[in-house]
Amino acid sequence: MSQQVGVVTFPGSNGDHDAWNAFANDLGVPTRMVDYRETDLDGIAVVVVPGGFSYGDYLRCGAIARFAPVMNAVREFAQRGGPVLGICNGFQVLTEAHLLPGALLRNESLRFHCDWIHVKVENRSFWTSDVEVGDILRLPIAHGDGSYFADDETIARLESNGQVIFRYCDANGAVLDNANPNGSRRAIAGIANEGRNVVGLMPHPERATDPLVGGADGRRIVTAALSALQVAV
Amino acid sequence: MSNAWVAEVVVMPKAGVNDPQGEAILGGLHDLGYRAVSRVRAGKQFRVEIDAENEAAARNAIAEMSDRVLANPVIEVYEIESLTPLTGAGAER
Repeated sequence: MSQQVGVVTFPGSNGDHDAWNAFANDLGVPTRMVDYRETDLDGIAVVVVPGGFSYGDYLRCGAIARFAPVMNAVREFAQRGGPVLGICNGFQVLTEAHLLPGALLRNESLRFHCDWIHVKVENRSFWTSDVEVGDILRLPIAHGDGSYFADDETIARLESNGQVIFRYCDANGAVLDNANPNGSRRAIAGIANEGRNVVGLMPHPERATDPLVGGADGRRIVTAALSALQVAV
Repeated sequence: MSNAWVAEVVVMPKAGVNDPQGEAILGGLHDLGYRAVSRVRAGKQFRVEIDAENEAAARNAIAEMSDRVLANPVIEVYEIESLTPLTGAGAER
């Protein structure tokens, strides 16, 4: 059975084709779109929950997508240790689905931010296996609700377990308030579950896999998928 | 026998959760001269019509869906402000 990257598409996803392009074209790995109504992930070795505005972001970002039929399969896949990457709205969906702790609030500025920012790699995870802790990546963001929030206890647990994977920083790696685009607690841009196989982040690595679009640092995130595809084949 | 009920559920950001919408509204009120306003928190209100055998069953169902869907317990609290039999024009279905 061929092993593929599966990119989940909800009504209102708009980063799904960018993700498909990053994996299928830039990485050249077998990739298929997974419709939100599908109920099994046979043949899928890597799951990507893409960015966008699933279900119009109604109620709360990701709140309705969480109940889409495909999410039961995604939950089982994640619980078996399968690698899952939630990007932007995908991150919001994974928190609403309780696959990752915390929530994403409205940006502190109340503005939608569309920009290039820097993040520092803080800890190991499946999705940071091709970068080093301490590396600084330049990635695009495009979100209105990206302010990471969790209660004090959860933040302390994430920090002590090394589940904070990406933190907003300046070009030199300094974590400063003015390098935090949305008011996220502890400048958190991305986190992992305890198993380190599920990662969610607000920046868009899949939109930075080709120098032609202004940067290719995201390629160093998405290439992690190759190891799962090789092992699984 | 099934009856129709209507619930008003109010969802608010938890204490300690940043609410930039509320702060922006507070700033706007101050700009308009309402200097006495000291704090604004912005939430959501839902009006849910539901068929249930009795008030207790309706309340249980509303509480469950509020926990699961209408509010995110990580960042929000909810209150069932009212639960009343659905009567009048809205009841004709």
